[in-house]
Amino acid sequence: MSDETPLLDELEKGPWPSYVTQIKRAAKKKKAAKDLLGIQELSYKDRVTHWKHGGIVGVTGYGSGVIGRYCDQPEKFPDAAQFHTMRINHPAGWFYNTKSLREICDTWEQYGSGLTNFHGSTGDIILLGTTTENLQPCFDALTEKGYDLGGSGSALRTITGCVGQARCEWSNFDTLNLVYDLTMEFQDEIHRPRWPYKFKIKASGCPNDCVAAIARADFTIIGTWRDSLRIDQTAIRNYVDNGFEIKTLVVDKCPSGALEWDDRTKELKLNAEDCVRCMHCINKMPKAIRPGTDCGATILVGGKAPIIKGAYLSWVLIPFIKVEPPYEEIKDLLRKIWDFWDENGRTRERLAELIERVGLKNFLKEIGIPPVPQMVYKPRANPYVYF
Amino acid sequence: MGRTDIGPPDYRDMLPPVIKKNYGKWKYHETIRPGVLRHVSESGDEVYTVRTGSPRLLSVDFIRDICDVADKYCDGYLRFTSRYNIEFMTDKKANVDALIEELKRLGLPVGGTGNAISNIVHTQGWIHCHSAATDASGLVKAIMDELYDYFTSMKLPAYVRIAVACCINMCGAVHCSDLAIVGVHRRPPKIDHEKVLAQCEIPTTIQSCPTGAIRRHPDPNVKSVVVREDLCMYCANCFTVCPAMPLADPEGDGVAIYAGGKVSNARKPPMFSRMVVPFLPNNPPRWPEVVNVIKKIVEVYASHAKKYERMGEWIERIGWEKFFKLTDIPFTEQHIDDFTHAVETYRTTTQFKW
Ligand code: HEM
Ligand code: HEM
Ligand code: HEM
Ligand code: HEM
Ligand code: SF4
Ligand code: SF4
Ligand code: SF4
Ligand code: SF4
Repeated sequence: MSDETPLLDELEKGPWPSYVTQIKRAAKKKKAAKDLLGIQELSYKDRVTHWKHGGIVGVTGYGSGVIGRYCDQPEKFPDAAQFHTMRINHPAGWFYNTKSLREICDTWEQYGSGLTNFHGSTGDIILLGTTTENLQPCFDALTEKGYDLGGSGSALRTITGCVGQARCEWSNFDTLNLVYDLTMEFQDEIHRPRWPYKFKIKASGCPNDCVAAIARADFTIIGTWRDSLRIDQTAIRNYVDNGFEIKTLVVDKCPSGALEWDDRTKELKLNAEDCVRCMHCINKMPKAIRPGTDCGATILVGGKAPIIKGAYLSWVLIPFIKVEPPYEEIKDLLRKIWDFWDENGRTRERLAELIERVGLKNFLKEIGIPPVPQMVYKPRANPYVYF
Repeated sequence: MGRTDIGPPDYRDMLPPVIKKNYGKWKYHETIRPGVLRHVSESGDEVYTVRTGSPRLLSVDFIRDICDVADKYCDGYLRFTSRYNIEFMTDKKANVDALIEELKRLGLPVGGTGNAISNIVHTQGWIHCHSAATDASGLVKAIMDELYDYFTSMKLPAYVRIAVACCINMCGAVHCSDLAIVGVHRRPPKIDHEKVLAQCEIPTTIQSCPTGAIRRHPDPNVKSVVVREDLCMYCANCFTVCPAMPLADPEGDGVAIYAGGKVSNARKPPMFSRMVVPFLPNNPPRWPEVVNVIKKIVEVYASHAKKYERMGEWIERIGWEKFFKLTDIPFTEQHIDDFTHAVETYRTTTQFKW
């Protein structure tokens, strides 16, 4: 087996940090990483993947968190013939102390390929590549260090949220606390798949939605407020005095026409009732404008990627809810939704597809939520109504 | 046996002291230069955040390197963003320049803030997935090498979020990105009838197909399935439930490009990305055709959009017909939707541009 990787070597050139360099670094210590490099080079030559469909592997007591993976060229690459992935639930907000990170590194150097993703698109820490035999000891060692598996398969997936109040002045609730609390509450749902398909929960502290909750979560929690945004007119004047074009860059771009700039009094006027809380003016003048103080969240449901019936953005279910520990209202709502989905969903039918099939009207009835106009852009146009 | 269901570590053990102290008390922030944020608390405390890109696929030795940096300048704490960027936080302004120097020495680009192109959200590709129609890490590396200056500066009209998914499962957040690159197959599954018998449940396999293209084998003695190729749209749903039906094919596989999506609610509501190029070939290691189209779109956007206008807002304002004209990208029959919500995209007015 040749050690040369001419195609991959091309990807060590250029200014962006190279993943190939990372694999080569791990390959100095770990045979599995060396074989991964060979497999990747072969894929670059053949222009197809050399991974086979995963088998069922895992750790005792869990139905999720491990993705089985086998190479289709085991004779050529014996050290990566089994190359299973472990999904490790990240601490909320993806904050780490270095002691804890080093412990993960040591454990993974002992039991795996020494290669990781920080993080996977699931939000989990992805430990890439180990053998069936090493899964259990690696898991045991990780739990000693305080880590546990994340979700995979038809389970609740690892819950994620934006950085929130830890370092963002716009967060309308404590995203990290909510994420951690729900994660601890629903360990069983995360670790033991039993639903029609996957279910995702993501929380963003404000409508900027830094974790793409509206596109990527069946249950989307986005921070918002009910009163008026707060404007500091002195700070506004500072922006304007420094040449900031408030009229074209903020007032004219307000989607609801809620803002008015009085050039005479140098005052930014807001018609709070018209504001749809889009964040634009706040984003552009963070020193002068802040969200309101009667804070909570909007809950939306159904966001998902195209497979199978097409992509959906989440739909508004609850226009406003207070988000405060112990979060009982949110937990009850989740349980009601899961019961409904579990009972009525077909195999691999996500929540949005089920709601589309049975109708939002019936879904609302089942989970006991009254209809409000905030749920729709506009009422129906056709006359085909069931009474 | 270890304990089970302990959950992740408590985030409160992972927060730097200045973050812990000012939790929920942040008042405002500013971007003092590309990649460097300054957050100011009601208490008067400050925290400086230096954001760097990362290849996402990290060796443990590299993680130890960044831990060394965090130990030296950041009280032993760091965090990652949802786009795999690494953030180093310090309450000492004096640390910032030295920190940046050290990160540069590790080969890490500082940037990704404000009106920039941040790191590319992506999936596993040929590194780890059986389903991949293209690689992800290599595409990302090739594109970011080309767009590097947009990461380290803030010169675009608004920020541009790029995502790569190596098959239409789209593990990454692609369908609402300013630019999305998606691996696609163009050949129906190749069925291995013996393996079907051994590895697949036939009713489940038939049911998995969204277009009803899969039937029982016409010969009742063959316990397998056949695919009506005219109905197949290469989605690989069947392959997910039945490993005996792979779709991978060096000539058939490649990538499609989508544009104009967003998830933020600022100004316009969130939008899906829309197809701009139905197919480009896989041409590793650097996918020049793909890189060129992406670069072209970014440049046309940068020179035409108004300040603070996201790619999708710009395209909506000028119209898709104009977008295709400006970018010189051919409009083909594949651009016209014929899936579940197709008719909503057909034009029902005489208003359009030439
Ligand atoms: C055996 C089959 C599969 C394996 C081994 C697999 C493996 C993976 C891996 C390793 C990731 C993490 C990706 C990353 O870190 O970027 C992932 C994420 C993901 N996969 Fe798969 N995948 C499989 C099947 C599927 C299927 C069939 C679908 C959809 C129909 C799917 C949808 C996703 C999605 C949406 C994510 C992102 C998850 C999230 O954000 O929570 N996967 N998959
Ligand atoms: C000046 C205003 C903004 C500030 C200070 C800001 C701050 C932040 C912070 C702290 C993060 C890291 C969050 C995390 O990983 O959990 C972040 C990430 C992100 N933000 Fe913002 N945000 C701003 C505006 C926006 C806007 C307007 C949008 C969307 C329209 C947006 C979209 C995102 C996205 C997609 C990410 C993930 C990017 C990454 O991880 O590199 N941000 N932003
Ligand atoms: C119970 C509900 C409805 C009834 C009984 C009804 C009845 C009618 C009738 C009798 C006509 C005249 C047809 C003709 O002259 O050939 C008509 C025309 C029309 N209706 Fe309705 N309609 C209903 C609901 C709607 C709705 C909900 C819409 C649209 C959103 C609509 C759109 C139209 C239009 C556009 C025409 C003009 C059609 C044309 O000129 O060809 N109708 N409707
Ligand atoms: C521009 C186009 C597209 C973008 C930006 C995009 C974006 C995304 C995103 C963000 C996800 C992650 C969702 C999640 O975390 O659950 C995703 C997942 C997925 N996408 Fe796409 N997508 C696009 C087109 C498509 C198309 C055309 C298909 C298939 C025909 C597709 C199939 C999937 C599948 C199967 C998943 C995972 C399934 C799921 O989570 O429900 N995507 N996509
Ligand atoms: S979603 Fe809002 S609150 Fe959360 S980090 Fe982004 S801007 Fe801040
Ligand atoms: S938050 Fe948005 S809608 Fe409200 S005033 Fe500001 S720009 Fe207008
Ligand atoms: S997008 Fe497709 S090919 Fe890529 S990791 Fe996800 S399932 Fe695998
Ligand atoms: S690839 Fe998709 S459309 Fe084609 S046969 Fe399989 S499930 Fe059906």
